[in-house]
Amino acid sequence: MKKFTLLLLVVSVVFLVACARGATPTTAPTAETGAVTEQPAPTPVPTKQEQPEAGSLLEVVRQRGKLICGANANLPGFGYLDQEGNYAGFDIDFCRALAAAIFDDPNAVEFRPLTAKERFPAVQTGEVDVLIRNTTWTLTRDTSVGLDFGVVTFYDGQGIMVRKEDNITKLEDLQGAAICVTTGTTTELNLADQMRARGIDYTPVVFETADGTFGAYEEGRCDAVTTDKSGLVARKSLLKDPDAHIILEETLSKEPLGPAVLQGDPIWHDVVMWTVFATIQAEEFGITSQNIDDFMDSEDPGIRRFLGLEGELGKNLGLTNDFAYRIIKHMGNYGEIYERNLGPDTPFNLPRGLNDLWTRGGLLYSPPFR
Amino acid sequence: MATVPVAEHARPPFWRDERVLAVIAQIAFLVVVVLVFTYLYNNVQEGLRARGLAGGYDFLRERAGFDIGESLIDYTSNDTYGRAFVAGLLNTLKVSVVGILFATVLGILSGIARLSPNWLLRTIVGAYIEIIRNTPLLVQLFFWYTAVMLKFPRVRQAIQLPGSVYLSNRGVAIPWLVPQEGFSVWVGFVVLGLIVALVAYRYRARYEERTGQSGYPIITALVTWLAFVVIGWFVAPGTPAVLSRPALKGLNFTGGTRMTPEFAALFLGLVVYTGAFIAEIVRGGILAISKGQREAAKALGLSDVQMMRYIILPQALRIIIPPLTSQYLNLTKNSSLAVFIGYPDLFFVAGTILNQTGRSLEVISLVMLAYLTFSLTTSLFMNWYNRRVRLVER
Repeated sequence: MKKFTLLLLVVSVVFLVACARGATPTTAPTAETGAVTEQPAPTPVPTKQEQPEAGSLLEVVRQRGKLICGANANLPGFGYLDQEGNYAGFDIDFCRALAAAIFDDPNAVEFRPLTAKERFPAVQTGEVDVLIRNTTWTLTRDTSVGLDFGVVTFYDGQGIMVRKEDNITKLEDLQGAAICVTTGTTTELNLADQMRARGIDYTPVVFETADGTFGAYEEGRCDAVTTDKSGLVARKSLLKDPDAHIILEETLSKEPLGPAVLQGDPIWHDVVMWTVFATIQAEEFGITSQNIDDFMDSEDPGIRRFLGLEGELGKNLGLTNDFAYRIIKHMGNYGEIYERNLGPDTPFNLPRGLNDLWTRGGLLYSPPFR
Repeated sequence: MATVPVAEHARPPFWRDERVLAVIAQIAFLVVVVLVFTYLYNNVQEGLRARGLAGGYDFLRERAGFDIGESLIDYTSNDTYGRAFVAGLLNTLKVSVVGILFATVLGILSGIARLSPNWLLRTIVGAYIEIIRNTPLLVQLFFWYTAVMLKFPRVRQAIQLPGSVYLSNRGVAIPWLVPQEGFSVWVGFVVLGLIVALVAYRYRARYEERTGQSGYPIITALVTWLAFVVIGWFVAPGTPAVLSRPALKGLNFTGGTRMTPEFAALFLGLVVYTGAFIAEIVRGGILAISKGQREAAKALGLSDVQMMRYIILPQALRIIIPPLTSQYLNLTKNSSLAVFIGYPDLFFVAGTILNQTGRSLEVISLVMLAYLTFSLTTSLFMNWYNRRVRLVER
């Protein structure tokens, strides 16, 4: 027994040391060509394209009869539980829009609340079909983390919130500060980069959950707290005395938030992307959930194609031709979803800013439905 | 009975030979184990390939890009994932080693106190042990962190204790030595003094055992060590170190050194929790020593303290050590709950690495190996110690 323990110890130490050098002989060859293996990796993709439907998550979801959506349960405005205990929010509405497109039923969704740290393994292991949880699209996540992004639902930027009494107006005032941040986020990395670039010394105080992060900030453990600006606005409304805090003007980073699916399933990826595009295109057409039925006798071929009155656009996606109609009828266009969750009638009152149609100076731009 | 007809008989067929059967069973078991592991391994490989995820540990050499709140080694976001992992590992070691030391002291004292004839002491310690042992550690950690540590005043209203010690919800700031030019020489003297002091202690203790005269081993050792420390200070070139006092500058304290509330909460939580379990182990060990030993000690005229120190504890130790080992292992493993109160231990940092790289399998395997190594090392050491204190029968 003693010998066994000793043996086990020796083996694990040897392994640890080998790993620390990052050069275990068996793994080194594959890992060194890591960049190259990314290239041959798409081989399974063509085989899948040859026989569409089969093997796509779309078929699995349809068989199951409901969508499983990875969501946030702690971010007011984007993903949270409302007073009746139902999931609500901007991201949640896109989950529902996807369900509406597939099942013609926005409630055919099961939400899985995920922390920032849990979210990627949940997609990787197939626990959720799609992740719509204020997730920033980055190159690493799109490649080595094994996800596929492709469309942005919300253009955000990282901000910093501080106490008014501290008289902090710019990042440089945070010299020596303790800053609360949530782990597993791009904000954690941006903070490190920005502070390093500006030569500002700071201490990160890192938590697993946004509740932990903002709780510690409120108790005074940190001088500042950082996350996406939309998140700061949403969270500020939850603080005991929202007026005692301000969000700095400075934006630390670009945070394009969007849905993510598992890499290597182009059919499913297309369905998710075009669901979002449909909400944007509808706003551009001026189609809302209220007036959509008035458009059913429209003469405009573009609108007729969009609503599935002409052509096979939906069929090509693996959905029904009226998928866009279903989305808009149940959930409304992008503008309606935005106003409902973040607009002037909500506590957040976030201006559209970049999240406006390209025709009005924003960044929302849907490829043509043809 | 002289004849041995059995031997003349045909041997039983091999499937009824117990020795052969045992070997066959072992081989079959081995085959099953190998098959199961091969299947699991292939399954993992296939899964990774299907998702286009490359395996391997090379990512440990990439730039980490995130900062860690406290670290025993120099670490910045420009260092590698490997170094971040080591920083987390050392943080776990720090809280485990210090935690084990303090939990042992607290546990032994509470264990003895629970058997005290003093009603008040016995009851208070009893309440402590029962409350702590019967509530989850995670809840206790949250209590220590949010209800104790974060409730200290804000940094600007920090409580000042004598000797430039400041208490705030940013932690405890205390004066600390800042190494100067001759620091290493002085440290050499301090370490040398420690070794000489240990030798002196053993020498005096032997003398005490041999002659029965008091040899003052502890005092001798202490004086020897202090002499080395003082001599070293003056022998070393320049001033070996200067005292830096914490002062509120800008948003936080600068100078001195600080214990973060995260570390303090985890440390307190682990010590108090494990201490309660150790107390019960110690109490059990003491009660297992036969009454005759006590009576004999009393008959020799030993005081209560002497009886405990020379008669009861040395014997109880033999019973205490094996379960004590598992408590030490528990403390180390429980330290991974640090993740909930923001202390950057091994598990926490590994979680961040996992999240940034997406290499779940590789990172988790490293974490398991690291904890396995800690635990096995502790076990081996405690087994060695157990053999040393074992009753040697002549």
